[in-house]
Amino acid sequence: MSVLTERINQIIKPENLVYAKTPLLNDDAMHYCPGCSHGVVHRLIAEVIEEMGIQEQTIGVSPVGCAVFAYNYIDIDWAEAAHGRAPAVATGIKRVMPEKYVFSYQGDGDLAAIGTAETLHAINRGENIVMIFINNAIYGMTGGQMAPTTLIGQITATTPFGRNADLNGYPLKITELIAQLPGAAYVTRQSVQTPAAVRKAKKAIRKAFEIQAKKIGTAFVEVVSTCSSGWKLTPVASNKWMEDNMFPQYPLGDLKDSGRADADLYRIKG
Amino acid sequence: MAKVRGAVVVDTEVCKGCNLCVVACPTLTLALNRNVNNKGYHYSYMENPENCTGCTNCSTVCPDSCITVYRTKTVH
Repeated sequence: MSVLTERINQIIKPENLVYAKTPLLNDDAMHYCPGCSHGVVHRLIAEVIEEMGIQEQTIGVSPVGCAVFAYNYIDIDWAEAAHGRAPAVATGIKRVMPEKYVFSYQGDGDLAAIGTAETLHAINRGENIVMIFINNAIYGMTGGQMAPTTLIGQITATTPFGRNADLNGYPLKITELIAQLPGAAYVTRQSVQTPAAVRKAKKAIRKAFEIQAKKIGTAFVEVVSTCSSGWKLTPVASNKWMEDNMFPQYPLGDLKDSGRADADLYRIKG
Repeated sequence: MAKVRGAVVVDTEVCKGCNLCVVACPTLTLALNRNVNNKGYHYSYMENPENCTGCTNCSTVCPDSCITVYRTKTVH
Protein backbone atom coordinates (compact mmCIF):
# COMPACT_ATOMS: atom_id res chain seq x y z
CA MET A 1 0.00 0.00 0.00
CA SER A 2 1.42 3.34 -1.03
CA VAL A 3 1.96 6.27 1.30
CA LEU A 4 -0.76 8.21 -0.52
CA THR A 5 -3.42 5.53 -0.03
CA GLU A 6 -2.46 5.33 3.62
CA ARG A 7 -2.86 9.09 3.99
CA ILE A 8 -6.27 9.01 2.31
CA ASN A 9 -7.40 6.22 4.62
CA GLN A 10 -6.37 8.35 7.58
CA ILE A 11 -8.69 11.12 6.38
CA ILE A 12 -11.63 8.83 5.66
CA LYS A 13 -12.92 8.41 9.19
CA PRO A 14 -16.40 9.06 10.63
CA GLU A 15 -15.17 11.97 12.75
CA ASN A 16 -13.91 13.78 9.63
CA LEU A 17 -17.18 13.43 7.72
CA VAL A 18 -18.38 16.77 6.31
CA TYR A 19 -20.88 15.68 3.69
CA ALA A 20 -22.85 12.49 3.23
CA LYS A 21 -26.07 11.63 1.45
CA THR A 22 -29.08 12.45 3.62
CA PRO A 23 -30.84 9.34 5.00
CA LEU A 24 -34.07 10.67 3.51
CA LEU A 25 -32.82 9.71 0.06
CA ASN A 26 -33.32 6.02 -0.59
CA ASP A 27 -30.48 3.91 -1.91
CA ASP A 28 -32.20 3.31 -5.26
CA ALA A 29 -30.08 4.59 -8.13
CA MET A 30 -32.05 7.39 -9.80
CA HIS A 31 -33.41 6.63 -13.26
CA TYR A 32 -32.59 10.14 -14.50
CA CYS A 33 -30.08 10.69 -17.29
CA PRO A 34 -26.50 11.59 -16.29
CA GLY A 35 -26.28 15.21 -15.19
CA CYS A 36 -30.06 15.73 -14.85
CA SER A 37 -31.04 18.62 -12.58
CA HIS A 38 -33.87 16.53 -11.07
CA GLY A 39 -31.35 14.62 -8.97
CA VAL A 40 -29.97 17.80 -7.40
CA VAL A 41 -33.43 19.22 -6.68
CA HIS A 42 -34.57 15.92 -5.14
CA ARG A 43 -31.55 16.00 -2.87
CA LEU A 44 -32.18 19.63 -1.88
CA ILE A 45 -35.80 18.88 -0.97
CA ALA A 46 -34.71 15.84 1.05
CA GLU A 47 -32.03 17.85 2.86
CA VAL A 48 -34.45 20.69 3.67
CA ILE A 49 -37.06 18.25 5.01
CA GLU A 50 -34.41 16.53 7.09
CA GLU A 51 -33.02 19.79 8.47
CA MET A 52 -36.50 21.01 9.41
CA GLY A 53 -37.34 17.62 10.94
CA ILE A 54 -40.67 17.35 9.12
CA GLN A 55 -40.24 13.95 7.47
CA GLU A 56 -43.40 12.54 9.11
CA GLN A 57 -45.48 15.64 8.30
CA THR A 58 -44.56 16.10 4.64
CA ILE A 59 -46.62 14.93 1.69
CA GLY A 60 -45.32 15.36 -1.84
CA VAL A 61 -47.42 15.35 -4.98
CA SER A 62 -45.49 14.07 -7.95
CA PRO A 63 -46.35 14.97 -11.53
CA VAL A 64 -46.48 13.19 -14.83
CA GLY A 65 -43.07 13.55 -16.42
CA CYS A 66 -39.57 12.42 -15.59
CA ALA A 67 -40.19 13.05 -11.88
CA VAL A 68 -43.15 10.64 -11.80
CA PHE A 69 -40.98 8.16 -9.87
CA ALA A 70 -39.95 10.72 -7.25
CA TYR A 71 -41.63 8.53 -4.62
CA ASN A 72 -38.89 5.96 -5.17
CA TYR A 73 -36.20 8.36 -4.04
CA ILE A 74 -37.39 10.53 -1.15
CA ASP A 75 -38.60 8.69 1.93
CA ILE A 76 -41.76 10.70 2.69
CA ASP A 77 -45.45 10.27 1.86
CA TRP A 78 -46.32 10.85 -1.79
CA ALA A 79 -49.42 11.12 -3.93
CA GLU A 80 -49.38 10.81 -7.69
CA ALA A 81 -51.54 13.26 -9.61
CA ALA A 82 -52.97 13.13 -13.11
CA HIS A 83 -51.08 15.16 -15.69
CA GLY A 84 -50.98 18.80 -14.60
CA ARG A 85 -53.33 18.32 -11.66
CA ALA A 86 -50.74 18.25 -8.88
CA PRO A 87 -51.80 21.70 -7.50
CA ALA A 88 -55.42 20.51 -7.30
CA VAL A 89 -54.44 17.30 -5.50
CA ALA A 90 -52.12 19.26 -3.20
CA THR A 91 -54.98 21.68 -2.44
CA GLY A 92 -57.20 18.79 -1.39
CA ILE A 93 -54.53 17.22 0.81
CA LYS A 94 -53.67 20.53 2.46
CA ARG A 95 -57.31 21.44 3.16
CA VAL A 96 -58.04 18.08 4.75
CA MET A 97 -54.78 18.01 6.72
CA PRO A 98 -53.79 21.66 7.25
CA GLU A 99 -51.06 20.71 9.76
CA LYS A 100 -49.09 18.80 7.09
CA TYR A 101 -46.45 20.23 4.80
CA VAL A 102 -47.63 19.68 1.24
CA PHE A 103 -45.61 20.36 -1.86
CA SER A 104 -46.06 19.68 -5.54
CA TYR A 105 -43.13 18.91 -7.79
CA GLN A 106 -43.77 19.60 -11.46
CA GLY A 107 -42.00 20.07 -14.74
CA ASP A 108 -42.74 22.70 -17.35
CA GLY A 109 -44.91 20.45 -19.51
CA ASP A 110 -46.95 19.56 -16.45
CA LEU A 111 -47.19 22.95 -14.77
CA ALA A 112 -47.05 25.40 -17.67
CA ALA A 113 -48.90 23.47 -20.40
CA ILE A 114 -51.57 20.98 -19.40
CA GLY A 115 -51.82 22.20 -15.81
CA THR A 116 -51.82 25.96 -16.37
CA ALA A 117 -55.41 26.35 -15.12
CA GLU A 118 -54.85 24.32 -11.95
CA THR A 119 -51.58 26.11 -11.27
CA LEU A 120 -52.90 29.64 -11.67
CA HIS A 121 -56.11 29.00 -9.76
CA ALA A 122 -54.43 27.18 -6.88
CA ILE A 123 -52.04 30.11 -6.47
CA ASN A 124 -54.80 32.68 -6.96
CA ARG A 125 -56.71 31.01 -4.12
CA GLY A 126 -53.56 31.46 -2.03
CA GLU A 127 -53.37 27.79 -1.08
CA ASN A 128 -50.75 27.23 1.61
CA ILE A 129 -48.66 24.82 -0.42
CA VAL A 130 -45.15 24.80 -1.87
CA MET A 131 -44.78 24.36 -5.62
CA ILE A 132 -41.44 23.30 -7.07
CA PHE A 133 -41.28 23.98 -10.81
CA ILE A 134 -38.52 22.41 -12.90
CA ASN A 135 -38.19 24.42 -16.10
CA ASN A 136 -35.99 22.80 -18.74
CA ALA A 137 -37.78 24.32 -21.78
CA ILE A 138 -38.63 20.93 -23.24
CA TYR A 139 -40.79 17.83 -22.75
CA GLY A 140 -37.98 15.64 -21.46
CA MET A 141 -39.73 12.36 -20.77
CA THR A 142 -41.56 11.93 -24.06
CA GLY A 143 -38.51 12.57 -26.21
CA GLY A 144 -37.77 16.28 -26.32
CA GLN A 145 -40.86 17.88 -27.89
CA MET A 146 -41.57 21.61 -27.79
CA ALA A 147 -43.00 22.89 -24.51
CA PRO A 148 -44.63 26.29 -23.88
CA THR A 149 -41.36 27.37 -22.26
CA THR A 150 -39.21 26.43 -25.28
CA LEU A 151 -37.12 29.38 -26.45
CA ILE A 152 -37.55 31.01 -29.85
CA GLY A 153 -35.21 29.25 -32.28
CA GLN A 154 -34.68 26.25 -30.01
CA ILE A 155 -34.53 22.97 -31.89
CA THR A 156 -36.76 20.22 -30.48
CA ALA A 157 -38.28 17.02 -31.85
CA THR A 158 -41.42 18.89 -32.96
CA THR A 159 -39.65 22.09 -34.06
CA PRO A 160 -36.73 20.68 -36.09
CA PHE A 161 -36.00 24.10 -37.62
CA GLY A 162 -36.24 25.93 -34.32
CA ARG A 163 -39.29 27.38 -32.57
CA ASN A 164 -40.93 29.95 -34.82
CA ALA A 165 -42.90 32.72 -33.10
CA ASP A 166 -45.31 33.05 -36.07
CA LEU A 167 -46.16 29.37 -35.95
CA ASN A 168 -45.58 28.31 -32.34
CA GLY A 169 -46.00 31.50 -30.35
CA TYR A 170 -43.75 32.76 -27.59
CA PRO A 171 -42.08 31.23 -24.53
CA LEU A 172 -44.48 31.27 -21.58
CA LYS A 173 -42.98 33.12 -18.62
CA ILE A 174 -45.34 31.52 -16.15
CA THR A 175 -43.33 32.52 -13.11
CA GLU A 176 -43.75 36.20 -14.03
CA LEU A 177 -47.48 35.57 -14.46
CA ILE A 178 -47.68 33.90 -11.06
CA ALA A 179 -45.84 36.77 -9.38
CA GLN A 180 -48.80 39.03 -10.33
CA LEU A 181 -51.31 36.89 -8.44
CA PRO A 182 -52.40 38.19 -5.03
CA GLY A 183 -52.37 34.69 -3.52
CA ALA A 184 -48.67 34.12 -4.12
CA ALA A 185 -46.52 34.72 -1.04
CA TYR A 186 -43.07 33.93 -2.39
CA VAL A 187 -42.08 33.54 -6.03
CA THR A 188 -38.47 32.92 -6.94
CA ARG A 189 -36.38 31.55 -9.77
CA GLN A 190 -33.22 29.57 -9.08
CA SER A 191 -30.83 27.24 -10.88
CA VAL A 192 -28.58 24.36 -9.84
CA GLN A 193 -25.66 24.38 -12.28
CA THR A 194 -22.86 25.52 -9.92
CA PRO A 195 -22.17 24.88 -6.23
CA ALA A 196 -23.08 28.49 -5.39
CA ALA A 197 -26.35 28.26 -7.30
CA VAL A 198 -27.21 24.97 -5.58
CA ARG A 199 -26.69 26.54 -2.16
CA LYS A 200 -28.92 29.50 -3.09
CA ALA A 201 -31.59 27.16 -4.43
CA LYS A 202 -31.52 25.21 -1.19
CA LYS A 203 -32.07 28.40 0.81
CA ALA A 204 -35.01 29.27 -1.45
CA ILE A 205 -36.59 25.83 -0.98
CA ARG A 206 -36.09 26.06 2.76
CA LYS A 207 -37.71 29.51 2.80
CA ALA A 208 -40.64 28.16 0.78
CA PHE A 209 -41.30 25.45 3.36
CA GLU A 210 -41.03 27.97 6.20
CA ILE A 211 -43.56 30.21 4.44
CA GLN A 212 -45.94 27.27 4.28
CA ALA A 213 -45.70 26.95 8.07
CA LYS A 214 -46.67 30.64 8.39
CA LYS A 215 -49.78 30.09 6.20
CA ILE A 216 -49.36 33.31 4.21
CA GLY A 217 -49.96 32.00 0.70
CA THR A 218 -48.40 29.87 -1.98
CA ALA A 219 -44.62 29.57 -2.18
CA PHE A 220 -43.42 28.97 -5.72
CA VAL A 221 -39.84 28.00 -6.56
CA GLU A 222 -38.86 27.71 -10.21
CA VAL A 223 -35.59 25.91 -10.91
CA VAL A 224 -34.15 26.59 -14.36
CA SER A 225 -32.81 23.18 -15.30
CA THR A 226 -31.04 21.26 -18.00
CA CYS A 227 -32.24 18.36 -20.11
CA SER A 228 -29.04 17.09 -21.67
CA SER A 229 -30.81 14.21 -23.45
CA GLY A 230 -33.52 16.45 -24.85
CA TRP A 231 -31.11 19.19 -25.84
CA LYS A 232 -28.68 16.60 -27.33
CA LEU A 233 -25.72 18.03 -25.39
CA THR A 234 -23.34 16.73 -22.74
CA PRO A 235 -24.24 17.67 -19.14
CA VAL A 236 -21.42 20.23 -18.99
CA ALA A 237 -22.36 21.73 -22.39
CA SER A 238 -26.00 21.81 -21.24
CA ASN A 239 -25.08 23.94 -18.26
CA LYS A 240 -23.22 26.32 -20.58
CA TRP A 241 -26.16 26.42 -22.99
CA MET A 242 -28.51 27.13 -20.11
CA GLU A 243 -26.36 30.02 -18.87
CA ASP A 244 -26.06 31.49 -22.37
CA ASN A 245 -29.64 31.05 -23.58
CA MET A 246 -32.03 30.31 -20.73
CA PHE A 247 -30.83 32.91 -18.21
CA PRO A 248 -31.46 35.96 -20.47
CA GLN A 249 -35.04 34.73 -20.98
CA TYR A 250 -35.55 33.46 -17.44
CA PRO A 251 -33.48 35.76 -15.18
CA LEU A 252 -32.72 34.37 -11.72
CA GLY A 253 -33.80 35.97 -8.47
CA ASP A 254 -36.81 36.62 -6.28
CA LEU A 255 -39.86 37.92 -8.14
CA LYS A 256 -42.10 38.35 -5.12
CA ASP A 257 -41.53 38.07 -1.41
CA SER A 258 -44.34 39.87 0.35
CA GLY A 259 -46.89 37.32 1.51
CA ARG A 260 -50.46 37.00 0.33
CA ALA A 261 -52.09 40.33 -0.57
CA ASP A 262 -54.47 41.95 1.88
CA ALA A 263 -58.05 40.98 1.03
CA ASP A 264 -59.25 44.51 1.82
CA LEU A 265 -57.53 45.74 -1.33
CA TYR A 266 -59.95 43.60 -3.36
CA ARG A 267 -63.12 44.11 -1.30
CA ILE A 268 -66.15 45.87 -2.82
CA LYS A 269 -66.52 49.42 -1.65
CA GLY A 270 -69.68 50.83 -0.11
CA MET B 1 1.03 25.53 9.85
CA ALA B 2 -2.31 23.85 9.83
CA LYS B 3 -3.37 22.60 6.47
CA VAL B 4 -6.84 21.47 5.48
CA ARG B 5 -6.85 18.07 3.87
CA GLY B 6 -9.79 16.33 2.36
CA ALA B 7 -10.83 13.15 0.65
CA VAL B 8 -13.91 12.12 -1.28
CA VAL B 9 -15.42 8.67 -1.65
CA VAL B 10 -17.41 8.09 -4.82
CA ASP B 11 -20.05 5.37 -4.92
CA THR B 12 -18.77 4.09 -8.25
CA GLU B 13 -21.80 1.93 -9.03
CA VAL B 14 -24.23 4.86 -8.60
CA CYS B 15 -22.03 7.39 -10.47
CA LYS B 16 -23.21 8.08 -14.02
CA GLY B 17 -20.08 9.90 -15.19
CA CYS B 18 -21.84 13.20 -15.91
CA ASN B 19 -18.58 15.11 -15.32
CA LEU B 20 -20.28 17.90 -13.32
CA CYS B 21 -18.17 17.22 -10.20
CA VAL B 22 -14.97 17.32 -12.26
CA VAL B 23 -15.92 20.77 -13.58
CA ALA B 24 -17.00 21.98 -10.13
CA CYS B 25 -13.76 20.86 -8.42
CA PRO B 26 -11.60 23.97 -7.83
CA THR B 27 -8.42 22.00 -7.11
CA LEU B 28 -8.43 19.61 -10.09
CA THR B 29 -8.70 16.66 -7.74
CA LEU B 30 -11.38 14.74 -9.57
CA ALA B 31 -11.37 13.18 -13.03
CA LEU B 32 -13.33 10.53 -14.85
CA ASN B 33 -11.79 7.09 -14.63
CA ARG B 34 -10.72 5.28 -17.80
CA ASN B 35 -12.47 2.19 -16.47
CA VAL B 36 -16.24 1.87 -16.44
CA ASN B 37 -18.65 0.64 -13.78
CA ASN B 38 -21.23 -2.11 -14.26
CA LYS B 39 -23.59 0.29 -16.04
CA GLY B 40 -20.86 1.31 -18.49
CA TYR B 41 -20.25 4.81 -17.17
CA HIS B 42 -16.78 6.30 -16.65
CA TYR B 43 -17.08 6.96 -12.92
CA SER B 44 -15.51 9.89 -11.11
CA TYR B 45 -12.46 9.32 -8.90
CA MET B 46 -9.68 11.23 -7.15
CA GLU B 47 -6.96 11.57 -9.74
CA ASN B 48 -4.88 13.98 -7.62
CA PRO B 49 -5.89 13.08 -4.06
CA GLU B 50 -3.19 15.28 -2.52
CA ASN B 51 -5.03 18.37 -3.89
CA CYS B 52 -8.35 17.72 -2.15
CA THR B 53 -9.40 20.27 0.46
CA GLY B 54 -12.78 18.74 1.27
CA CYS B 55 -14.71 21.80 0.04
CA THR B 56 -17.87 19.73 -0.78
CA ASN B 57 -18.37 21.46 -4.14
CA CYS B 58 -18.45 18.09 -5.90
CA SER B 59 -21.05 16.61 -3.57
CA THR B 60 -23.13 19.79 -3.85
CA VAL B 61 -23.54 19.53 -7.62
CA CYS B 62 -23.72 15.73 -7.84
CA PRO B 63 -27.17 14.83 -9.23
CA ASP B 64 -26.93 11.25 -7.99
CA SER B 65 -25.71 12.03 -4.45
CA CYS B 66 -22.93 9.48 -4.82
CA ILE B 67 -20.10 11.54 -3.26
CA THR B 68 -19.19 11.52 0.43
CA VAL B 69 -16.67 14.10 1.63
CA TYR B 70 -14.23 13.96 4.55
CA ARG B 71 -12.08 16.81 5.84
CA THR B 72 -9.44 17.12 8.51
CA LYS B 73 -6.81 19.57 9.69
CA THR B 74 -3.26 18.32 9.81
CA VAL B 75 -0.49 20.26 11.52
CA HIS B 76 2.89 20.29 9.86
